[in-house]
Amino acid sequence: MNMSNTASIHEEPVAMTASAAPLLDVKGLRVAYGKVEALTGVDLQVREGQIVTVIGPNGAGKTTLLSAIMGLLPSRGDIHFDDIHYISPEVEILVGRGLGLVPEKRELFSTMTVEDNLLLGAFQRYRRGDDSFEITLAEIYSLFPRLWERRHQQAGTLSGGERQMLAIGRAMMGKPKLLMLDEPSLGLAPLITREIFRIFADLRRQGVAILLVEQNARAALKVADYAYVLEGGQFAMHGPAADLANDSRVIDAYLGLASKHQELLSS
Amino acid sequence: MNLQIALLLGQDGITNGAIYALLALSILLVFTVTRILLIPLGEFVTFGALTMATIQSGKPVLFVWLLLALTLVDAALDIRQQVGQRFDMARLRMTAIKIGYAVLMVVIANTVPLADIPMAFQALLTLCLLVPLGPLMYRLFFQPLADAHSLVLLIVSIAVHVAMVGVGLLLFGPEGARTLPFSDTGLHLGPVMLKSQTIWVILVSVLLIVTLFVTFERTLYGKALRATAVNRVGARLLGISPVFAGKATFALAALIGVSSGILIAPITTLYFDSGFIISLKGFVGAIIGGLISYPVAAVGAVAVGLIEAFSMFWASTYKEIIVFTLIIPFLLWRSMTSHHVEDDE
Ligand SMILES: Nc1ncnc2c1ncn2[C@@H]1O[C@H](COP(=O)(O)OP(=O)(O)O)[C@@H](O)[C@H]1O
Ligand SMILES: [Mg+2]
Repeated sequence: MNMSNTASIHEEPVAMTASAAPLLDVKGLRVAYGKVEALTGVDLQVREGQIVTVIGPNGAGKTTLLSAIMGLLPSRGDIHFDDIHYISPEVEILVGRGLGLVPEKRELFSTMTVEDNLLLGAFQRYRRGDDSFEITLAEIYSLFPRLWERRHQQAGTLSGGERQMLAIGRAMMGKPKLLMLDEPSLGLAPLITREIFRIFADLRRQGVAILLVEQNARAALKVADYAYVLEGGQFAMHGPAADLANDSRVIDAYLGLASKHQELLSS
Repeated sequence: MNLQIALLLGQDGITNGAIYALLALSILLVFTVTRILLIPLGEFVTFGALTMATIQSGKPVLFVWLLLALTLVDAALDIRQQVGQRFDMARLRMTAIKIGYAVLMVVIANTVPLADIPMAFQALLTLCLLVPLGPLMYRLFFQPLADAHSLVLLIVSIAVHVAMVGVGLLLFGPEGARTLPFSDTGLHLGPVMLKSQTIWVILVSVLLIVTLFVTFERTLYGKALRATAVNRVGARLLGISPVFAGKATFALAALIGVSSGILIAPITTLYFDSGFIISLKGFVGAIIGGLISYPVAAVGAVAVGLIEAFSMFWASTYKEIIVFTLIIPFLLWRSMTSHHVEDDE
């Protein structure tokens, strides 16, 4: 896929659903570890079929934000997802309603096979009696042929890139309405990173909303519709991704030469 | 010792070993999925055997009232949890079904002439009465502590065990009991006669083990339990709830424990407090398997049964000592060969 193609699908989904209530609506979210506040009141929205990215330096609170939305951490404030309003909800209920998270640590079942990992991604659908997950499995195999080749191997034997594909594939098996990803490009070669980002654009076209947390700001701003910059537990800036990519402060802090070096070093 | 005696002892050893293997597997299963060392497992064995004996003697089955009481507490907790939230019809219906089930059991236990029904139905009824105790135990005593330190879980586990022994005394009295054998005929194999109960124990144990294996290897529910054991956070993220996993493993452990009790009731006199020593032997098997490996644990448990039988012949007063000393070399060997396993990944 080339740049112009990505750009052309930028506006449509936003325009389509601008009037409807957002899929995810977070208001005044606060999370503390003991007495230390990691998030000090953040507001964030994701609409259907939108890719929203949260960028920011290490320790800004990005992982904390996703964990709190997923219901893994106790939090204060307001969260609405797909008409459920929750303070500290049960993760299982959110998953059943179509929220998926690819966590920073991936949390794969390392002593189980690749295929079992994927199938377990559809556990809630299976429980509901929805057996179309076989079709999703075939789709994921065609999207990630490497996983098909290694489907009988234990997940623990996979390489970094393959583990990442497995984590994304496993989350996709649940057919989420909103897929949240925590630094999917972490430790991956640029070629694989590009491939994975292309899949996000594909997913968006299928109507899946994506909340993408990244340190690789360049790639994230390129694929996203809307972006937030998180610094020290608060949003320092937000706006359409294309605007932020041209903002001088963002360029200095996240897209400049210095950060480009960092990016190269980390990949 | 001649061959005849050796074969007889071997038979006894394998019979007990099969039971220990079943118990070792449930200890492992519960431990890996929930981090709880299920000390009260032995009480499922004694409750199973003693309930079966109560039924056969025609005495009233008092346990059913405990089942009803615990079910009502469980229902009250469920409803309290619902208050303030949006009403969930499915959950409410589930609560109603559970209460209905307990009431049905009370009615059956108090109206049907249980001593006169076929033994297979008596065994089935014993299972229907006692298996729900597993998930109830998880719900009432362990679910509120799901995130607690393993040590806290161990202490609660010991407390539940002590309480169950007390309840056992209350429900079944201090006398020991034995039940009728499943069938009378033995099987002559050359010089030895295979006792019919031996055959039953081995058949049912193998059947249970195969069923467990198929469940865990082939069904998505079984895989979900394995996944919880491998990575709790990962499982939660896929909507595999720790509560579901806890209740399901406790139900399986109860099923295995109660079945074991029913199986050995005709060959061993059990008392209200016999459970601990039986589950300890299963525990020795589980330790031999390093609390990780199912096949090694099963083989270890059968070995425990055999060693127990032969030490009974040579040094019967030291039988228990010999079995429990066995654990020491294995603990040493384990601590020298094992490496620390990281929590994440
Ligand atoms: N489990 C934890 N306990 C205490 N502090 C934590 C914990 N996890 C994260 N933090 C702190 O919260 C802040 C935000 O962390 P995190 O959300 O991981 O940031 P990011 O994902 O943006 O790198 C950091 O200052 C970090 O030290
Ligand atoms: Mg992070």
